[in-house]
Amino acid sequence: MDFTLSQEHNMAVEMVRNFTHKEVIPTIREWDRKQEMAPHILPRMAELGILGINIPVRYGGQGFDYITLGLVCEELEYADTTLRVVMSVHMGLNSMAVLQWGTEDQKQRFLVPQAKGEKYACFGLTEPGAGSDVAGMTSTAIKKGDHYVLNGEKMWISLASKAHHALVVARTNLNAADPHDGLSAFLVELDSKGVTTGDIHGKMGVRAGSTGWLAFQDVKVPAENLLGEEGEGFKIAMSCLDNGRYTVGSGATGLIRASLDASVKYANDRKAFGREIGKFQLVQQKIAYMVQSYEMARLLYMKSGWMKNQGLRNTRETSLAKWFATDASFDAAAEAIQVHGAYGFSDEYDVERYLRNSKGAVIYEGTSEIHQLMQASYALGYRTDGDLRCELPAYDEEYWQADS
Amino acid sequence: MKIVVCVKQVPDTAAKVVVDGGVVSWGDAPLVINPWDEYAVEAALQLAEKSGGTVTAISLGGEAAKEALKHALAMGCNDAVLVNDPALADIDTQGAARVLAAAIQKTGDARIAVFGKQAIDGDSGVTAAQTARALGWPALTLAASVSLDGDTLKVERAMEEGRQKAEAPLPAVLSIVKDFGEPRYPSFMGIRKAAKAEIPAWSLADLGVAAPAAAVTWKEILNPPARQVTNEMITGASPDEIAAKLADKIMEEKVL
Repeated sequence: MDFTLSQEHNMAVEMVRNFTHKEVIPTIREWDRKQEMAPHILPRMAELGILGINIPVRYGGQGFDYITLGLVCEELEYADTTLRVVMSVHMGLNSMAVLQWGTEDQKQRFLVPQAKGEKYACFGLTEPGAGSDVAGMTSTAIKKGDHYVLNGEKMWISLASKAHHALVVARTNLNAADPHDGLSAFLVELDSKGVTTGDIHGKMGVRAGSTGWLAFQDVKVPAENLLGEEGEGFKIAMSCLDNGRYTVGSGATGLIRASLDASVKYANDRKAFGREIGKFQLVQQKIAYMVQSYEMARLLYMKSGWMKNQGLRNTRETSLAKWFATDASFDAAAEAIQVHGAYGFSDEYDVERYLRNSKGAVIYEGTSEIHQLMQASYALGYRTDGDLRCELPAYDEEYWQADS
Repeated sequence: MKIVVCVKQVPDTAAKVVVDGGVVSWGDAPLVINPWDEYAVEAALQLAEKSGGTVTAISLGGEAAKEALKHALAMGCNDAVLVNDPALADIDTQGAARVLAAAIQKTGDARIAVFGKQAIDGDSGVTAAQTARALGWPALTLAASVSLDGDTLKVERAMEEGRQKAEAPLPAVLSIVKDFGEPRYPSFMGIRKAAKAEIPAWSLADLGVAAPAAAVTWKEILNPPARQVTNEMITGASPDEIAAKLADKIMEEKVL
């Protein structure tokens, strides 16, 4: 077993770290306070190629593997969760789904501009009345001739007000015996007539990011924008989550590292009772748990990324990585505040932002409770993963890096 | 037009460098490309982009120096060469300059050699000028901006007293300062190219030069003297009271 990262991996991490340390970290507190996304973030991520990191070169991407995606997400969330969220929706939930399920025509029309960063992409699954209960969604897409008429509302959508494209799941068969089978997935251009979008303010965390809603009123979606087949929407959505959760888990690993680094620095600087607080065993215990969480979270997402590279189904492993890392990032941030004492309670330090940012990921892309049910179901033999009609393609360096 | 940029592998600026028993150590901190050399690479790439030329990165050092060269390749340099020879272990800047000059000449038809203003380890800041001397080329040092007008290199030098415009005919040596502008990040495409690159290593025999004897030797290396620092927390009932106490303290200590 070889745990060594390649030179490409390490150099990609270094490049993203340079970007975040020079262009994100110095000002992120101000944007978080303003509850606005810094206007330079998306264009710079696009310009630097981050938005297409693991998409084949022939589709406008950078040709790196799935492990690099995880490493990049870890590095981005080390700076701020909002940057990793961009990758979760643009790459994990949307672009990788087009790579996996899309026709060649869809790849050319949607994936290429997304991977090049010319267009931003989001994912519309959750509704005001349907979160974990995906099959309870009420959005509809009714076929009329050569197009579908889309109606409904999607809520808690990252990049809602910034994205050009959305992968939207809606009900196409109102009479399906199993409501899961009545769902279909569509690639929707958000400048279409009848689409309105907006941002939600007053969120607990990810305040320097865009989270909002998409509303569709009699939106005509060309039939050729149906992703996969009619009735495959639920399976497609779940396969998207295998990739989105991977970015969330690897990102949360970065948040644990951020909490750890902040705590170590503070524990070495701050003195109480005549010595550095790092000398006190209860502070050491908190730091030790952060180290443990970081290493475990990283191993879990690396395994998931390796399985993606190999073309192996990784629903179970990715769920575990996401569940563990997000819970652990919340705990690490809370303990980092404790290490910082009263200063940690102030936004003069980053750790209170880490705690606020960590909470969302414990809820979205499968709550921790959903992941516990999944893991128990696998262990008890209640759940197995069947083959998909279209699997996420295994990473093939030669294919990925060839121009055509 | 061929442009050569000379880069050096140094300990990370964030590393805690200490002297232990006369030996310099930076612990397990990583080695990185000398930060000043990133500006040099940026300048070389911009010159090449404007003149339709190519950029070759050269480093003098051990195997580890290949990392600095790969960074330069990932930023966009066309190729890279490592000059590696056991006889180079204890050379001084003059010796390094002679070897670099030989390597620059061996590239064939280099017209410009670009350096960072200094390396953050040795901090001598003279290698660019010494290399120019060894090559017999004019040196335009501390350049904050650079332009090419035919066969004339024009620079604006950043000096403590102000700016100075200078020019010299090609071939010439340049050293670049921070005012030149932020160096670009390595691109992902560049990273892929760099990771796969086979970097040739030239020995002194390949360059046809003898091992240069060091005229300058480091007789002793010391840690900076430890400073005694005491902290005093100034407290008060209000920010105004704290500010007033602080102002009194500053006056009392004759800081102002």
